[in-house]
Amino acid sequence: MAHEENIEQAGLLEEEQIAEFIHHAGQIEHPREMIIDILRAIQKNHGWVPDEGVELTATILGLTALEVEEIATFYDKIYRKPVGRYPIHICDSICCWSRGGEELAAHLQEKLGVALGQTTADGLFTLLPSCCLGGCGRAPGVMVDQRFYGNQNAEEIEKLIEKLRQEAAA
Amino acid sequence: MSTPQLLFKNRRPGETVFLKGYRATGGYQGLEQAFRDLTPEEIRQRVNDSNLRGRGGAGFPTGVKWGFFPHDKPGPKYLVCNCDEMEPGTYKDGELLAADPHQLVEGMIISAYALQTDVGYIFIRYAYEQQAENLRRAIAEATEAGYLGKNILGSGFDFELHVHGSAGRYILGEETALLNGLEGKRPNPRLKPPFPAVKGLFGRPTTVNNVETLANIQHIITGGADWFRDLALTIDGSGTKLYGLSGHLNRTECHELPVGTPLRQIVEEYGGGVWQGRKFKACLPGGASTPYLTAAHLDVALDFDSLEAVGSRFGTAGVTVFDDRTCMVAATLNLIRFFERESCGWCTPCRDGLTMVAWLLQMLEAGQATPEHHGMLRDQLANISGTSFCALAEGAMGPLAGLLEHFEQEIADHIKKGCCPFQ
Ligand SMILES: Cc1cc2nc3c(=O)[nH]c(=O)nc-3n(C[C@H](O)[C@H](O)[C@H](O)COP(=O)(O)O)c2cc1C
Ligand code: SF4
Ligand code: FES
Repeated sequence: MAHEENIEQAGLLEEEQIAEFIHHAGQIEHPREMIIDILRAIQKNHGWVPDEGVELTATILGLTALEVEEIATFYDKIYRKPVGRYPIHICDSICCWSRGGEELAAHLQEKLGVALGQTTADGLFTLLPSCCLGGCGRAPGVMVDQRFYGNQNAEEIEKLIEKLRQEAAA
Repeated sequence: MSTPQLLFKNRRPGETVFLKGYRATGGYQGLEQAFRDLTPEEIRQRVNDSNLRGRGGAGFPTGVKWGFFPHDKPGPKYLVCNCDEMEPGTYKDGELLAADPHQLVEGMIISAYALQTDVGYIFIRYAYEQQAENLRRAIAEATEAGYLGKNILGSGFDFELHVHGSAGRYILGEETALLNGLEGKRPNPRLKPPFPAVKGLFGRPTTVNNVETLANIQHIITGGADWFRDLALTIDGSGTKLYGLSGHLNRTECHELPVGTPLRQIVEEYGGGVWQGRKFKACLPGGASTPYLTAAHLDVALDFDSLEAVGSRFGTAGVTVFDDRTCMVAATLNLIRFFERESCGWCTPCRDGLTMVAWLLQMLEAGQATPEHHGMLRDQLANISGTSFCALAEGAMGPLAGLLEHFEQEIADHIKKGCCPFQ
């Protein structure tokens, strides 16, 4: 297990967070189960998980960077590349598809001037296709900051974009 | 509403019930009764007698599964709740935990006592952050109230419960992939046997159950096995079920109804009929991996055995309806693309086979397919079925089998017209 002072910080986690993770790792039998928690914490602070984040996670848990990397790259909600301030996950699964999900995705791409997978020039939005978000009864929907916005259409989604723009400016 | 509400009894739009509200309607009485009046063996027996079948998709009888569990083996053992819930059309567990998280917490404590497991995990998907927060609060409240932790209600039994968050990917719902994921390993499924009951989480005996399965336990304790079985409308069925409605219906909500509720009643009464005055064409009766039903099946009772008898599956009871303007080739293409993208890549029939199926359906939809491609689709169905390492690819074959069985004409029309007849 790592000691706090050995860890290169790069501002990915707060010092107290690192101390807490190390403390917790020392208390449980299988610290490796914390990988996702740590990666998610880094992502929350930094927006995405850079190589240094993978290394930091490995150091905290006493793993190799490769052992962390093969986990990090498995999950689509861990971003290993830079994303905008608000990644927008657009559901493209069957219930949303049946109620205008494709049209919604096309509208968003047109409105923001970027294709799926791209980030707007102002760095605010990244459009990411996603499988079912668990809001099938309120289709079609998108997820932003782990919140589901259902019953979307051109008008609703523009309101949401506007709301997020204002939130970012505030 | 005539159906007794067990799981949804405290559900109010936009609200979450915590300990006080949960207790006000009888919450934790099942737990108190279990710890006071019943031995772990008696609880397992009652669950077995109730004929409860797993609500996670496969429908395996919970009592039988619990019967395999080495409850008397010394050393650490685990109870894991599967709240990955990423199969399109399935959102019932999310609805339950958004409304009433103690339903799961109480069910897990009684189940842990019945199985003599000392640690529990709730594995929950990334998108259910609100539900995860609800659970953390419910766990803190239950601990405070003496229902969780050391020496529960003076029984000498200890149980601790953790919430474990995920970061996306449908394969995590497969129970052995879930265990790898929980351990912080790459979440490919594991070879079975050994089954989790023998060698599960961290190599120790583990039972994995669905949220809804576990949330039924306290109701079986308080109501009794006979009462629980009688809740169903079918003779072999038992209990109520959370049916999540979606697709081309006027109302797409989640309802707690008896197991065995006929499809027609779901569509017309609870779904408010097919939207925009159109006709019912087909549905997925239990999530994205279940073969389609057609208008000929509207009077089928939605239950495990009755759906198997007509070549489909009850799955998770997420009912997704398609109206008569839906192209079933396009719908199947969407479904296959989901499975293809979510494939973990471990085995060839799934990794390569699903890509092939998606390509064939894409050719059909684009009007570029020949009768030979139609034959290749049949070949792929035969090649992939029964050959994959886990049930993901098997599930993907559900809608494909349904397409080939019920919508041959539509496939032929795409070939003959050289375009999608619905566009
Ligand atoms: C690809 C795949 C995804 C699955 N997803 C889930 C899921 O999200 N939730 C769930 O409870 N079961 C899911 N299952 C079924 C589980 O493997 C397992 O059978 C279930 O959790 C057992 O619980 P039960 O007996 O209470 O139904 C999935 C299976 C497969 C093959
Ligand atoms: S069927 Fe094979 S490739 Fe597909 S998810 Fe299962 S193990 Fe992975
Ligand atoms: S299919 Fe879009 S949220 Fe489920």
